[in-house]
Amino acid sequence: MMKPKISVEIGKLKLNNPVMVASGTFGYAEEFKDFMDVKKLGAIVTKTLTLKPRKGNPMPRTCETAAGMLNSIGLENPGLAIFIREKLPFLKKTGVPIIISVASEEKPEEFLELVAQLNIIEEVAAIELNISCPNIQGKESLIAQDPAATYKIVQEVRKITGKTLITKLSPNVTSIGDIAQAAEDAGSDAVALINTLSAMSIDVDKRRPKIAAGIAGLSGPAIRPVAVKMVWEVFNKVKIPIIGMGGIMDTASALEFIIAGASAVSVGTANFINPGVSLEIIAGLKEYLVKNKISDIRELMGALKI
Amino acid sequence: MKNFQLKAKILAQTKIKDNYWHCEFSAPQIAKNALPGQFINIRVSANFDPLLRRPISLHGVSAAKVKIVYEVVGKATEILVRKKKGEFLDIIGPLGNGFDLGMQKAEGRRQILVAGGMGVAPLMFLAEKLKVPSLVLIGAKTKKDLLCVQEFKKLGCSVKISTDDGSLGFKGRVTELLRNNLTKSCALYACGLKPMLKVISDIANEYNIPAQVSLEEHMSCGIGACLGCVVKTKEGLKRVCQEGPVFKAQDLIW
Repeated sequence: MMKPKISVEIGKLKLNNPVMVASGTFGYAEEFKDFMDVKKLGAIVTKTLTLKPRKGNPMPRTCETAAGMLNSIGLENPGLAIFIREKLPFLKKTGVPIIISVASEEKPEEFLELVAQLNIIEEVAAIELNISCPNIQGKESLIAQDPAATYKIVQEVRKITGKTLITKLSPNVTSIGDIAQAAEDAGSDAVALINTLSAMSIDVDKRRPKIAAGIAGLSGPAIRPVAVKMVWEVFNKVKIPIIGMGGIMDTASALEFIIAGASAVSVGTANFINPGVSLEIIAGLKEYLVKNKISDIRELMGALKI
Repeated sequence: MKNFQLKAKILAQTKIKDNYWHCEFSAPQIAKNALPGQFINIRVSANFDPLLRRPISLHGVSAAKVKIVYEVVGKATEILVRKKKGEFLDIIGPLGNGFDLGMQKAEGRRQILVAGGMGVAPLMFLAEKLKVPSLVLIGAKTKKDLLCVQEFKKLGCSVKISTDDGSLGFKGRVTELLRNNLTKSCALYACGLKPMLKVISDIANEYNIPAQVSLEEHMSCGIGACLGCVVKTKEGLKRVCQEGPVFKAQDLIW
């Protein structure tokens, strides 16, 4: 029987398979060790780190919506130093490529300091620039909503690291293709999309938002058609690899992204519901390839018939 | 503490009264490892409606079985209640940090369990494990909403009741009933809604009584990944699903 090839490359990163776990939905991997063999993942993207510890937003921070959920965690994280001391050792032990998601709180220059410190850690396989978190209060607009700002930060970070650089894009834009183009032009090795959709849900008895911060990010299967369409749009605009995500729940939904042009996929909200689902998807992708007599998953990338 | 995800067979699904139900699952690994105060996270539907699991505290374990008591209050519990004996449900557990059984008991204090509404569910499991006869204070809206009274008595516990409308027992809040029943040397274990637990923490602080409270919170993952269920403590934010749901009252910042 034919054994299909499912390894993929993202910049300098070589992944055994194209299934990774999305930032903010997998903690620092240790939370999932009872439910799956994390060593089998294509890659792990950590919860976003900021330079300093960050308390995040007030409660309530999450609520369920129709086929989805809202979150406004506000990037709660222990900060870079504590992460390196307490969380990185377990991640290193997994042997899986570790992608560190980073964000700035006040000034874009914080990205440079974060990347400079991560750059010297051998086990950090890649850096994801989270320029698209919708849940930092006080920010009028996101870097990922402005092609010029995106270009500037990616270019500056590019100058100081040779590690694979992934730019995480926001769906809350007029043309995501233009932002992806800016990231590519500035030297990003890949783009990851989509982050959550800006959204709101209201408790009609209290007449208050269900989330304390008011506005939050929508994720889950409800957003998948939006995400798939955006991956297709970006695929037709740039040459760098795309990491596709947004409501992937199973093999079929992962395949949608690959057929739309993604080189790899990230499982997010589904980790909360079925913590081992990523491994089920890896197995499912292999089955699909065998069934369709496809020897290499890369043949499927962007293979949408229109 | 190790957690397990399994397809658990429903062994019993029985109505207690009105909207209150009792359900038993076959879940040997969970039963073997479970402590009072811990919970299971149940996926009631393989579809996306509801999307997320629902955390429900353990009411007890016996041999290879785990038991829950729940109230049908929304979409998820309306699906759960229609599941029949013999069907399977995807459950994860035993999750979270349960009650510390050793510390307070070792000091020879009078054990007082304070339950508000569905808070009786985990406290029944606790009473079984404490093994010393405890004083159990149960508060409910009306006498119709009282649960587990006879079960606590069967364990040898003395039970006192409060109802908001006075339809049975003391008329008023269970926290007032607690004030009337404090003894010189006692220890508190409480489960209920947040406002009740806040008052109990205030009482514990006022009289310098050791107290453990089990918090209820909406959870998206239940396994410590999403950071959607945090609570303020003296040592910073803690996750109700991991470091909790049971906390020392003195450690919480209300």
